[in-house]
Amino acid sequence: MNKISDDISKDLKDQPKFTTDIGNKDQDHHSFELGEQTTLKKIQHFLHGNPTIVPVIILILSVIGFGFIAGGKFFSAFNLSLIVQQVTIVGILAAAQTLIILTAGIDLSVAAMMVLASVFMGKLSVEMGIPTLPAILVGMISGVATGAFNGLLVTRLRLPPFIVTLGTWNIFFALVIFFTGSQSIRSSDIEANAPLFHFWGERINLGGFVFTYGAFLMIGIFIFLWFLLNRTAWGRHVYAIGDDKEAAELSGIRTDRMLVSIYAVAGLVVAIGAWVSIGRVGSVSPTSFYEGNLDSITAVVIGGTSLFGGRGTIIGSLFGALIVGVFSSGLSIAGLDVLWQRFALGCLIIIAVGIDQWIRKVSN
Amino acid sequence: MEPILVAKNLSKKYGKVVALDDANLELYPGEVLGVIGDNGAGKSTLIKVLCGAVIPDSGEILLDGKQVSFTSPIEARTLGIETVYQNLALSPALSITDNMFLGREIRQKGFMGKFLRFLDKKAMAEEARKRLSELGLLTIQNINQLVETLSGGQRQGVAVARATSFGTKVVIMDEPTAALGVKESRRVLELIGEVRARGIPIILISHNMPHVFEVADRIHIHRLGTRLCVIDPKKYEMSDAVAFMTGAKEPPAN
Repeated sequence: MNKISDDISKDLKDQPKFTTDIGNKDQDHHSFELGEQTTLKKIQHFLHGNPTIVPVIILILSVIGFGFIAGGKFFSAFNLSLIVQQVTIVGILAAAQTLIILTAGIDLSVAAMMVLASVFMGKLSVEMGIPTLPAILVGMISGVATGAFNGLLVTRLRLPPFIVTLGTWNIFFALVIFFTGSQSIRSSDIEANAPLFHFWGERINLGGFVFTYGAFLMIGIFIFLWFLLNRTAWGRHVYAIGDDKEAAELSGIRTDRMLVSIYAVAGLVVAIGAWVSIGRVGSVSPTSFYEGNLDSITAVVIGGTSLFGGRGTIIGSLFGALIVGVFSSGLSIAGLDVLWQRFALGCLIIIAVGIDQWIRKVSN
Repeated sequence: MEPILVAKNLSKKYGKVVALDDANLELYPGEVLGVIGDNGAGKSTLIKVLCGAVIPDSGEILLDGKQVSFTSPIEARTLGIETVYQNLALSPALSITDNMFLGREIRQKGFMGKFLRFLDKKAMAEEARKRLSELGLLTIQNINQLVETLSGGQRQGVAVARATSFGTKVVIMDEPTAALGVKESRRVLELIGEVRARGIPIILISHNMPHVFEVADRIHIHRLGTRLCVIDPKKYEMSDAVAFMTGAKEPPAN
């Protein structure tokens, strides 16, 4: 270190100098100062580095708040675990959605993709008599393929993800209607032919808390994706692409290939959600989860992930989904009309994006 | 001494516009070669060809005496030609370590790394810290700090540290001081000195004459798509360079 500095000062002495009077070449000559910071700025910086804090605070406050408003009924073990059950599907969709939004994209087709995968599974096993496990495999392939299809359209045709998935949402939905003829696959038929489809809907009672296996799977998916995003190069590249695609490209990341793989992984997560959804609903209905697309985006946004990409955490989306669940449950136990649940949710979305915008200003 | 990087007779046309017209360039080991030229002289095309972003219509590039060709910056980089872009090509929302190893991550040994593909965060942080301190940038306290929390000069430092960390043969720096204030510019010029002291030659493109004259060993003057001349900054004044660049004065015969 010292030797190097000596070499340099020697080297620099041999250089013609035009600006020797500028700057101070003392021992601190490599320090770069940060400016003065106000308290608000400090908060901004803190939230900036820890984007999951906001949804955690909102979740805790809303649980406490609804505890006061709605009373003990809200706080019962049964109700709290019911909330977790209710958010399972939206939670899994939100996990997939997070991957896409982190790349500065958006996926309007996740719910249609999920229903399509569940239709494949149900049709094959219940109506065509194919064993359950191969049928599930086909469902998974359907998810990966539809996801990759979105990714290929985004990268090959250079279309905005919003437009691509707006198109594929309708395409997938039409395919669902085509394959099912608008008919549901009945719960009793599934139970008789492929009981494995109902596995994730089975309940387990842990001291008053009733969880479905699907709820555990959802949490498992979040943990898995957390490791994927934070402990592997693939995950770091997801963030890099969303942050600055051009910079990622120049850093040697094959961004197009990465994007297709991200959409495909999201598709796989959605397909797992399809299996869980059959257990949760019991039947396969072509018109179910129609609002799942937007609900998943809501959960991700409330969970602190930026729609502009590169910023946010997967766990935040779990909290986002739980916040939505807590609001719905709390407001309905408090006896408020469903319209006020929508109203509150709408406010939450706007506040969440507003906070995100404010936090993002930190980098300028 | 043999040049480490040679560009021979490079030509590039965009429609009828001739951006490079039989251009040459030589970079010798351990030197800082300044590249200056008026706007539209074709110096950025020259640099883009050298860093792989633009494919020339004709001409050849020799690295270490061997002919090379690349179709993307990534290929140029694998051969040892690193570029510090004007916009730095960093991901602001990722940490310093993440940025330094972006696309070249170190995985853990054994099962965790091979099959689960887990990153060796500790090894990467250590290596990153080592690289930064070698360049005298130790004052960046936290290696896991996000890049967007750094000042412009610090970011430049991270980009330079990244560019010089992976068996680099040549570093190309595009307008490294353009976005910086006076004090930060000074740090970056010192940084260039540190890199040269480590034996890595640098091609420095800049509009800032005092900066080029201060750190460059030789100055390549580009005009009308080709090399006009190479001057020794100790023997010429900045006003001479400007006169050569603009055609107000005849260049010296090389």
